[in-house]
Amino acid sequence: MGRVVLVTGVARQLGGRFVRRIQREPDVDRVIGVDAVAPEHHLGGAEFVQADIRQPTIGKLLAEHQVDTVVHMDINGTPLNPRGSRTAVKETNVIGTMQLLGACQKAPTVARLVVKSSTSVYGSAPRDPAVFTETTPAKSLPSGGFAKDTVEVEGYVRGFARRRPDVAVSVLRFANVLGPCADSPLAEYFALPILPTIIGFDPRLQFVHEDDAIEVLRIAADEPRRGTLNSGTFNIAGDGVLLLSQASRRLGRPTLPLLSPTVTWLGSVLRSVGITDFSPEQIRLLTHGRVVDTTQMRETLGFVPRYSTAEVFTNYARSHGPGLLPPEALARTVDQLAAALPAGAGQN
Amino acid sequence: MADAKVIPFGEDPRTRRKGQRAVRTQRAQAPLQPVPPQRDEEQPVAEPPVVEAAGDEPTAGAVGWEQRLAGGLDFLRRRITGDYEVDDFGFDEELTDQVLMSLLRPMYEKYFRVEVRGMENIPRTGGALIVANHSGTVPLDGLMLQVAVHDHHPANRHLRLLAADLVFMLPVISELARKAGHTLACAEDAQRLLERGEVVGVMPEGFKGIGKPFSERYKLQRFGRGGFVSTALRARAPIVPCSIVGAEETYPMVGNSKTLARLLGFPYFPITPTFPLLGPLGAVPLPTKWTIQFGEPIPTDVYPPEAADDPMLMFNLTDQVRETIQHTLYKLLVRRRSVFF
Repeated sequence: MGRVVLVTGVARQLGGRFVRRIQREPDVDRVIGVDAVAPEHHLGGAEFVQADIRQPTIGKLLAEHQVDTVVHMDINGTPLNPRGSRTAVKETNVIGTMQLLGACQKAPTVARLVVKSSTSVYGSAPRDPAVFTETTPAKSLPSGGFAKDTVEVEGYVRGFARRRPDVAVSVLRFANVLGPCADSPLAEYFALPILPTIIGFDPRLQFVHEDDAIEVLRIAADEPRRGTLNSGTFNIAGDGVLLLSQASRRLGRPTLPLLSPTVTWLGSVLRSVGITDFSPEQIRLLTHGRVVDTTQMRETLGFVPRYSTAEVFTNYARSHGPGLLPPEALARTVDQLAAALPAGAGQN
Repeated sequence: MADAKVIPFGEDPRTRRKGQRAVRTQRAQAPLQPVPPQRDEEQPVAEPPVVEAAGDEPTAGAVGWEQRLAGGLDFLRRRITGDYEVDDFGFDEELTDQVLMSLLRPMYEKYFRVEVRGMENIPRTGGALIVANHSGTVPLDGLMLQVAVHDHHPANRHLRLLAADLVFMLPVISELARKAGHTLACAEDAQRLLERGEVVGVMPEGFKGIGKPFSERYKLQRFGRGGFVSTALRARAPIVPCSIVGAEETYPMVGNSKTLARLLGFPYFPITPTFPLLGPLGAVPLPTKWTIQFGEPIPTDVYPPEAADDPMLMFNLTDQVRETIQHTLYKLLVRRRSVFF
């Protein structure tokens, strides 16, 4: 008999894509997608069960379908509906995870749990080391928002792993996921026509491509390949680093350097208009940046991302069209200037 | 120096003395034009082979200018389109080489007239930990050390300095520090850099050293907890002691306003004979003559890997490094003719 996989958070694009991908695995028999709202995209024939993971019904679902692999993807920074409230998201993140873990603990068939976490568990502070490994403790724990949710979720997952040592648990800490349909807060930020930045700071950012995110989730949900181990905590990020200034130039969007109190104020204005969510932890990320070490991902998990951070961003920039200052136009201007020089004309 | 294909510009005879530096800057700039054939018959006197005389050939000077401009435009093109690389620590090599170093170099060459000794003690490749004394109220000594290693080392290595967390809290300064290759002084970052084979610079005295009163100049303060030794032992990188003379007198700190320091959140607030009395003018450092001396490297690969956890060895090595720096400081001070020359 093949495996039965339960995926939460399938109403999101990433969840939907993962369901479609995992169904193609030869040893997977059935895939059950769970979310509080029905997805707008198709799930490729997977069963969809409309259930709120904050409710105990999820336990019945696990027992009824004899689920052996649970992929928990319903941990999000932004509400699915742009008008949705942050409180509901937080409840789904924290209470939902507690319910789901409680249900898993009671379900003897569950043998594998994959949790989609985020590198925001590390926070961003000037006193942190430049590169975080999985064991680096955060100097200043995130005080609220999504970052605090992930810290709490990971705490519950660790507790679950202690109580059910027979279940293989893997926590994947994703850097900012970017891609054609990723709906992360940073993707919203880069969609702004003018990017507000913090004066005097140029954060280092790392990105993961959506395809890589799906692939690494699949690796974590499968049986481990020979020579690798897929239970534990792993940082997932593309190679290399982009500075925010570099990213904005590659994207061709002008930046607007602001003092940090102004950004906080602007963030609340933008949020009330419903354009983007400028949470305090995102402002901290845009001030101090965050870079994670991915040695464990390569050597233990055996996953090599297909896209580097720069390539992820190039793809993102291509799919979103040029901004107000397209880099090609700027390059052309400089080239024209160079061509106007006799020496430049002689050479090219 | 047959490969030194330099087309100087300007009529300044000083360009000749800077021949070696010009070689590097020219090499860094992208497409070079072929060197025009030497016109020996037109030159009144035989020039040193490094540099072709420019003064009597107006066209040669013009070509040099245009090349510089083309190189500059190339650089500008890469910068405004974001087409450059930074490493995990935010180190922007291109910006450091082309802009930040050029800004610091006049200060290094003309203002402080830094004399560098013992550069052969820094290995050509692989990691090394340079441990230096810290002084002068404003961390100019770290920046000058970075220029010294970059300009005088045969491999033009980049020094990766470890800086206090205060640096990364301040706007602008934190951005520039990261781009110049500095990172937070913590064991994780230092070890990661050393394992990548970088030259890492550390000033273990920290604020105790840089913020000490003028009366205690050239007296080394406590070397923290000696964490740098265990990091070097773990990374098996040699420790190069380094003594810097001249930085102490740039801002003679005669007083420390603790109230103002607490108010601003700084570890000290310096009062010098000119600052804050003369306002911004008082913030100009005194033009002292500097000497940077690198000492014999202390190997760490002779110890077993578990030696990093041996506190006795750590204290001994810390003392050894500290004594070496202190003795070299005294030697350099005895040798020094005057603070300013």
